Amino acid sequence: MFGVPAQALYGQILLGLINGSFYALLSLGLAVIFGMLNVINFAHGALYMLGAFAAWFALNLFGIDYWWSLLLAPLVVGLVGAVIERVFLARIKNLDHLYGLLLTFGLALIIEGGFRHVYGSSGQAYGTPEELRGAVNLGFMIMPKYRGWVVIASLIVCFATWFIIEKTRLGAYLRAATENPKLVQAFGINVPLMITLTYAGGVALAGFAGVLAAPIYQVSPLMGTNLIIVVFAVVVVGGMGSIMGSIVTGYMLGVLEGLTKVFYPQASSIVIFVIMAVVLLARPAGLFGRGD
Amino acid sequence: MKRHVLTLAMASSVALASVAGASAQVKIGILNDQSGVYADFGGKWSVEAAKMAIEDFGGSVLNGKIELVTADHQNKPDVGSNIARQWYDVDGVDMIAELTTSSVALAVQELTKQKKKINIVVGAATSRLTGDMCTPYGFHWAYDTRALAVGTGGALTKSGGDSWFFLTADYAFGYQLEEDTAKAVKDNGGKVLGAVKHPLNNADFSSFLLQAQTSKAKVIGLANAGLDTTNTIKQAADFGITTGGQKLAGLLTTLAEVHGLGLKAAQGLVVTEGYYWDLDDQSREFGERFLKRTGRMPNMVHAGTYSGVMHYLKAVKAAGTKDADAVAKKMKETAVDDFFGKGGKVLANGRMVHEMYLLEVKTPAESKKPWDYYKLISKIPGEQAFFTLEQSGCKL
Repeated sequence: MFGVPAQALYGQILLGLINGSFYALLSLGLAVIFGMLNVINFAHGALYMLGAFAAWFALNLFGIDYWWSLLLAPLVVGLVGAVIERVFLARIKNLDHLYGLLLTFGLALIIEGGFRHVYGSSGQAYGTPEELRGAVNLGFMIMPKYRGWVVIASLIVCFATWFIIEKTRLGAYLRAATENPKLVQAFGINVPLMITLTYAGGVALAGFAGVLAAPIYQVSPLMGTNLIIVVFAVVVVGGMGSIMGSIVTGYMLGVLEGLTKVFYPQASSIVIFVIMAVVLLARPAGLFGRGD
Repeated sequence: MKRHVLTLAMASSVALASVAGASAQVKIGILNDQSGVYADFGGKWSVEAAKMAIEDFGGSVLNGKIELVTADHQNKPDVGSNIARQWYDVDGVDMIAELTTSSVALAVQELTKQKKKINIVVGAATSRLTGDMCTPYGFHWAYDTRALAVGTGGALTKSGGDSWFFLTADYAFGYQLEEDTAKAVKDNGGKVLGAVKHPLNNADFSSFLLQAQTSKAKVIGLANAGLDTTNTIKQAADFGITTGGQKLAGLLTTLAEVHGLGLKAAQGLVVTEGYYWDLDDQSREFGERFLKRTGRMPNMVHAGTYSGVMHYLKAVKAAGTKDADAVAKKMKETAVDDFFGKGGKVLANGRMVHEMYLLEVKTPAESKKPWDYYKLISKIPGEQAFFTLEQSGCKL
């Protein structure tokens, strides 16, 4: 197709899916937080970075391996998130959206700046876990086992999150609490606690993505800075606050970006933003947004 | 939204960077990337190197204090030019050094000419700085795309790596490095099978690596730098590129990137640098002092910043004035004789010609102590590594 062998094309689509896994995980967290708290969480990239660093610390300071980190790092990041929500965000929940955005943006600068000061920008190496080393020859490409695992893990976590929010009683409480917090509180449900847990859960997803990313990219203080802007574009395209929208859009845009890298690599860093602009013009509420 | 916030943050950092001091006799500015992909390649470590040079010089010249200012240009030519303009016009800066990132260096060098000041480029690579874009006041210190091309490109082609595919950073530096290396490859009887341009500051290289893999080229030349190079090398290992028989050539890889990667991922990589700390007593002496201050060994950009600043200060002292014409003349007359530029001399186009080193990254087993990363393959004489004045295309 267009002078590119079909085999190379399959390879690129698969790579796009891998990148899409990160977009989906991160935009999902953002969508959950925006949907429930109405906070535009600019600290998401910094917390993703924190997840990767948590895994690196765990391995190098305590000898905790990758699999435990996959469980523990999101908990640590979630805890940090809970503190951020209780100490900062809870105080400004009645103010304009802009305050939340500025606050989280400032936090991101502080967290990333602090790590950069201590660890520099070239990052730390984190090895691939023993079980997932090596690669499988798929015929059309050499597929590193670890990247296959990334797609599977992110799919499982994404749909589990979707299921909890859309299909369980807890999710129903959550959704009700965003519609009418006073009424839900009147039924004896602790709404502030639920809000804190939602924020913690949302950023824990970022922490999880950070651990997944650690063996692929350098564990660097800068790893979240650029990603976060792309992920925001994904959320906007999918529709702010739409859970399923952010998952599907994440994978979709990952693949599209991957294909751009073959046909016109120079545009690969902007293609997502071009799509965002087009979607905003044609469907301001996003592809999956319901609009007001 | 974020753009506005960033602009605001940028404006305030510019304001912060320029705290003026009236009593200083000579003022030196270190302008480079302190927060992005090149923050370890140069960054605050270069600032530390400049401080060391000023201290070693004695802290004063022409009966006045030597002052140092520093700022982050964020790899953006417009940001860099604005800071440089403010430094020259308002703060009385006499010389700007380091200038990592070719696009910024080219912009600031042009401005320096208009303002009749001095600039010493250390971290940027493009050979155009002393080629068609040369100026009477612009100097280029540590290395350039031509030296890297002759070193890594020439050596690998001669030793059998005669077909190349390039992964190129999509800006001035990447183009120039690819062009110069492609020429060195062809001059040595090799051929170039293709190239792909990737955006600066890219995280995922798998797509580009796959294209390089399908090309079946024997050598994959990485015409990028900093964190981009680190990520490419790390990911190339995942996709079985090196085990598949293809060789990676980090065209601009320094000790800072090797340190970030670790020897396990970087072993076997062939690089060209203008300095390595463990070459002789002089280089070790500087390296150890730098390590004590910063906790890391210097690469050629850090050591080169020291050397450039030192040479400038000596020239100011010898000329007895900081007038740019007189100082530039002295800098070109005087030989550069320090631990960095051994037998170094400055050509009329501002190119500091000195010995370069072709180095190979050790395996973890070969490395005996911390920072023991390279073994020396060969020394490249300055005349061979850099363009002569005639070849450079500089018309002054």
